[in-house]
Amino acid sequence: MRAFAALYDALDTTTSTNARVQALVAYFRAAPPADAAWAVWFLSGRRLKRFIGPALLRRWLVEIGGEPEWLVEEAYASVGDLAETIALLLDRRDDGADQDDVALTEWVEHRLLPLRGLPPEVQREQVLAWWHRLPWRECFLLNKLLTGELRVGVSQTLVARALAEVANLPRPAIEHRLMGDWSPSPEFYARLVDPEQRAEHDGSRPYPFFLASPLEHPPEQLGDVRDWQAEWKWDGIRAQLVKRGGQVYLWSRGEELVTERFPELAAAAARLPDGLALDGEVLAWHADEGVLPFGVLQTRIGRTKLSKKLLESAPVRFLAYDLLEQDGRDLRSLAIAERRARLDSLRPALPLPLIVGDLVAADSWTELARLREGSRERRVEGLMLKAKSSVYGTGRTRGAWWKWKIEPFTFDGVLVYAQPGHGRRSSLYTDYTFAVWRGTGLVPVAKAYSGLTDAEILEVDRWIRRHTVERFGPVRSVEPVQVFELAFEGINRSTRHKSGIALRFPRIARWRHDKPASEADTLANLEALIGDGTPS
Amino acid sequence: MPEPTSAPLVVPTAAGLYCPAGDFHVDPWRPVERAVITHGHSDHARLGHARYWAARPGLGILRKRLGDVDVVPVEYGEPLAFGRARVSFHPAGHVLGSAQIRIEADRATWVISGDYKREPDPTCAPFEVVACDTFVSEATFALPIYRWRPTAEVVDEIREWWLANRRAGVASVLGCYALGKAQRVLAELLRVTDEPVYVHGAVATLTDVYREAGVAMVPTLPVSAARKDYAGELIVAPPGADATPWMRRFGKASTGFCSGWMRVRGNRRRRGYDRGFVLSDHADWPSLLRTIRETRARRALLTHGHSDVLVRYLREQGVEAGALETAFAGEDGGTDTPATAGGPPLGAVGAPTDANAPAVPERAREA
Repeated sequence: MRAFAALYDALDTTTSTNARVQALVAYFRAAPPADAAWAVWFLSGRRLKRFIGPALLRRWLVEIGGEPEWLVEEAYASVGDLAETIALLLDRRDDGADQDDVALTEWVEHRLLPLRGLPPEVQREQVLAWWHRLPWRECFLLNKLLTGELRVGVSQTLVARALAEVANLPRPAIEHRLMGDWSPSPEFYARLVDPEQRAEHDGSRPYPFFLASPLEHPPEQLGDVRDWQAEWKWDGIRAQLVKRGGQVYLWSRGEELVTERFPELAAAAARLPDGLALDGEVLAWHADEGVLPFGVLQTRIGRTKLSKKLLESAPVRFLAYDLLEQDGRDLRSLAIAERRARLDSLRPALPLPLIVGDLVAADSWTELARLREGSRERRVEGLMLKAKSSVYGTGRTRGAWWKWKIEPFTFDGVLVYAQPGHGRRSSLYTDYTFAVWRGTGLVPVAKAYSGLTDAEILEVDRWIRRHTVERFGPVRSVEPVQVFELAFEGINRSTRHKSGIALRFPRIARWRHDKPASEADTLANLEALIGDGTPS
Repeated sequence: MPEPTSAPLVVPTAAGLYCPAGDFHVDPWRPVERAVITHGHSDHARLGHARYWAARPGLGILRKRLGDVDVVPVEYGEPLAFGRARVSFHPAGHVLGSAQIRIEADRATWVISGDYKREPDPTCAPFEVVACDTFVSEATFALPIYRWRPTAEVVDEIREWWLANRRAGVASVLGCYALGKAQRVLAELLRVTDEPVYVHGAVATLTDVYREAGVAMVPTLPVSAARKDYAGELIVAPPGADATPWMRRFGKASTGFCSGWMRVRGNRRRRGYDRGFVLSDHADWPSLLRTIRETRARRALLTHGHSDVLVRYLREQGVEAGALETAFAGEDGGTDTPATAGGPPLGAVGAPTDANAPAVPERAREA
């Protein structure tokens, strides 16, 4: 694990893209294929489920550490990362560098995975022995692995770039090989960096998703409106529906196989011809009412058991807007206008609940802008603009696909609670709760983490520390003085919240230094928005 | 051990720590008649006092920072009389000329540590354990996560980073507090190299003072507009300089920062440095506990940083302990945030005007 720890460190300690790619390349060139496979697994954002909960790790630390529990908690509050806190508190030996290095594969396959199912006292004995021996960087990584939180701050594109350099292949080839379901075996790694581009065997594999960039300039700058294909921007789950070898695979954008979550889609897709890949959106959709709010779709996500009742209350459709593969042929290098024509000709063959999204026709940008104004009534987020001549790229390549979203809702809320963030924000108060007025009292309606500049975060942090009213563990209540404008995408009634409402994707738009708390919004103001783009 | 009296020898006041028995202040932050100064950092040595007392090795620093003020240089260990208090200065090992202040009056002995560390430092006299009844200790890094590694290891890391950057054809810009840390690094680098190091103007003036005091360091060259290519060179700059246009001249550069705060990964990442080197001029957790024990003090009073944590810990260990409010830490919330340490301390009036202030405000707390 030493080499992987060194790689983690190298990636963690430089902001230079080139240096990071070179660190990855050096690692992959030197690592045995089995280790490299696991490294790719972790670097591509995949995780092993938590082996041991944080509470247990903390208890063991207190039991062996000699530090009182409150002091461990103080340390944790200051560091903001349990794996790091444990490693720092245990780091009192001179060094463990003289310890034998144990390969990453050995760690994962022969030490960590067998931990599952062992009685806690045996797990404890194992973990304490490792803690005792490991140098602190490896101890930190071990703790991240134990808690299932190992994340390496490196983009997929960089990992693919490095692997492409190692394999001497174009990056998209690597990206494609990294898609889908694979297990981190030496054989997988060998195929991944195989310089021969032979036919790909894995029939389940989706194509890397092509992503749109937000349109931040007037659409007129895109040139002639006739060169652009406009579609509604749906608020669902981006997904790829693949049918090959008689099997159906539904992939979410997070490269998660979600086929089983949507049995009605899988059943319909089973009737499609083989060698087909559709790009589109999974939407909650009622036969009479049309698309339903994202909140309804959410009731389907994360449920392992799909009851009949749930399938009825949250029916879904797959709305296709692109055709990536037909008759086993990769169509991505065709212009979208051509792919669209083929998709349209597929329409009659698509059984419900599979549908094809309509294009939005307009003769001018002005007309398109006017249509966009009606987005909320249609329960969409705005428009997608796709250059008619563009091919299906990978990742977020600016210029070909734009998302032209409608303005978010906004309200003014009062800062009432704050707690420290995580990671690089762990010693700053960056997680805020905002409230609005209900009568003479304030009721919390939203938590928001993002939207302020670094300088503002520092200023708010300082203010919070000086105006704390009470502390509840890591949370501080503050004087209800500061007003912030918050943006959000939608609003629903909620029985789980004291306020009775739930906001979708709230974030800070700006700090309203100019507004006293008394002029913040009321709950009634927010409730009035329910039904605006949201069926009740 | 003499019976402690009920009247404290040092009390917190609006102007700073005050000794009623001797009618003087220690490191006051408002203008006073008699200011006893522990060391030259800007949150401890401010302008505006009628008369200063400071340890002789730190005289040059004080002159450089405060100009032509009325300073009485004091030898370490030299007995002084203030009113009915006997006062002496003892090395604190923090920076050149740093001192602990021993005060004896009314059959009691107090020691005010100022900022201190226990690691050997070639730029200043080592910390001296001074027995006392009440030990007023800093508590900047009073959490058990703060443990320093041997300085030689950190210096090796810096050298390796520098050489790796040279191989990559980029400059290495190392953030160090302009007073103390910078010179300590320049002196420690002699272990591994005698190559010259480039220094920011704010570092250069204080480095000259150290050289005049006889501290051996690697050769230093000023960063000047004339030289075009800094690839492969090491540049020592005050923290924050890397966020200014001054940085542009180096082209591609890797940035590092030397500080005890760098022990925590989030601190380094939040500040946006490529590399953090854990090197502090303050006492780490084991040193704080050891020092409080070695002074054989009946009672510890803590200032700065995590004083509440250390107070509770000591009390649970059966040591009488309390917190003493000061403005040194600049942080008023209770938990550590180096990011807020630069803010104006509570109770401080005006910002210290420092003729030789670095281009970037020096962090008050850590050095």
